[in-house]
Amino acid sequence: MIGSPAAAASRVGALVLPLVFSAGALAAGPPPGATSCLGCHPTSATVNTPVPRILDRKPDEIVAAMLAFRSGERPSTVMGRIAKGFSDDEIRAIAVWLAEQPEKQ
Amino acid sequence: MMRLTRRAFLSGSTSAGLLAAPALAQGRARVVVVGGGFAGAICARELQRAMPRAAVTLIEANPIFTACPFSNSVIAGLRTIGEQRFGYDALRAEDIAIVHDQARAVDPQSRLVSLSGGSVLGYDRLVLAPGIDIRWDALPGYDEAAAEPMPHAWKAGEQTTLLRRRLVAMPDGGTVVISAPANPFRCPPGPYERASLIAYYLKTTKPRSKLIVLDAKDSFSKQRLFQAAWQRLYPGLLEWVSLSNGGKVTSVDPASRTLVTDFASYKADVANVIPPQRAGHIAELAGVSDATGWCPIDPITFESRLQPGVHVIGDAAIAGAMPKSAFAANTQAKVCAAAVAALLNDEPPSPPKLINTCYSLVAPDYGISIAGVYHPVNGQLADVQGAGGISPAEAAPDFRALEASYAAAWFRTITAQTFS
Repeated sequence: MIGSPAAAASRVGALVLPLVFSAGALAAGPPPGATSCLGCHPTSATVNTPVPRILDRKPDEIVAAMLAFRSGERPSTVMGRIAKGFSDDEIRAIAVWLAEQPEKQ
Repeated sequence: MMRLTRRAFLSGSTSAGLLAAPALAQGRARVVVVGGGFAGAICARELQRAMPRAAVTLIEANPIFTACPFSNSVIAGLRTIGEQRFGYDALRAEDIAIVHDQARAVDPQSRLVSLSGGSVLGYDRLVLAPGIDIRWDALPGYDEAAAEPMPHAWKAGEQTTLLRRRLVAMPDGGTVVISAPANPFRCPPGPYERASLIAYYLKTTKPRSKLIVLDAKDSFSKQRLFQAAWQRLYPGLLEWVSLSNGGKVTSVDPASRTLVTDFASYKADVANVIPPQRAGHIAELAGVSDATGWCPIDPITFESRLQPGVHVIGDAAIAGAMPKSAFAANTQAKVCAAAVAALLNDEPPSPPKLINTCYSLVAPDYGISIAGVYHPVNGQLADVQGAGGISPAEAAPDFRALEASYAAAWFRTITAQTFS
């Protein structure tokens, strides 16, 4: 459901558009699930929370933690329940994305 | 963002992928977000980040947002209402245009939003995040005037402090009655967290009092955990009456603060009626809500199934297995923002996964949680099998205390991310 036929037709004329959005500016967007992590994990060091910051970390660290939560090897309150919803590939993609995100100052 | 060179533009323009929404021809994508709560405010910020050159406008009637999560702690006297309030200065500083006005009409064909103040805004994509409205016609006797003697306190603010004052004024030995609605409604565990924290207040300050929860349901979120905690912490004080046991309130009499079921009448010293709800009114005006009062959406883009170009996020949306929670609103907003950015750039939005985590307090140092992971299946957001669930039934006090501290930390994190 991207638009009505009328809207699609009028798009044909809109050729100046590419001046607005540079190619690749939006890249592929965050991988599935990634932005949800930041519902609990802070995006800024200024937030007072015992929940660890996960931006700007090495992807391997995040992957190792998630796999350990998923298997139950590392005890947790909610992380085990959440990690079980993600495959190895999804976890890797999330970890790579998180590592690319700067922390807010 | 870098401007494209003319050469890049010309080479790109041969691709069919460059067809875009009409107004983009004028130079800037225009996205309007209606509603500045946990869904709308973060959506506006994520849109601005994803499309720094876009014109993002947030329409919100109130200059100050009052958050519902943790408002049960205000009712119980554990927290001040001031700690629930947030402004929009940080969003303004990010070049989001904040308009403190009410959206009163949407024309999805012409892509226009009209505001009560008289302005008309054009958009390429519209995001509605209107939260809930109370259904004033759904429970006989419970109209807007009844919310004074029998507060709902299901939108945080004056109603929250009103219910607090009523509890404070009640003498020891009084009866508090809460009525909980049928599904769906905002914050599924909310009525039971409220019952818990009011019970805590009564136990610690007015121990001869009683609390009755009249429920239009036979089961509810985190039920096992709540009921185990009630038995341990509030025996004889808190009574839950299920639908099967006659708990469904069929009418109320505000003058005598009486709640009526098919089997009995309950006269309350303090009555808290949590009434049936629907999507915020603008959803109906925009034609994005259906007969249920809620808004069917595409689970990849959160675009309305009823009106193209209009997206609905947060409590107003029918989000399948996802509950109507602030966490869900936040994660839906981010997914929607990414999808809107992709659509405006004529890229295919990618199928998302979404997480929800909801904490409830049954006492100040006793937290419980429910979590879920969701993905689109057959056009609906469905649970990822094998993931999610509630806190363990058996856990040491330090585990409950840890979850209580995580609850408070979650609130600080999500409000900072949304409003700071």
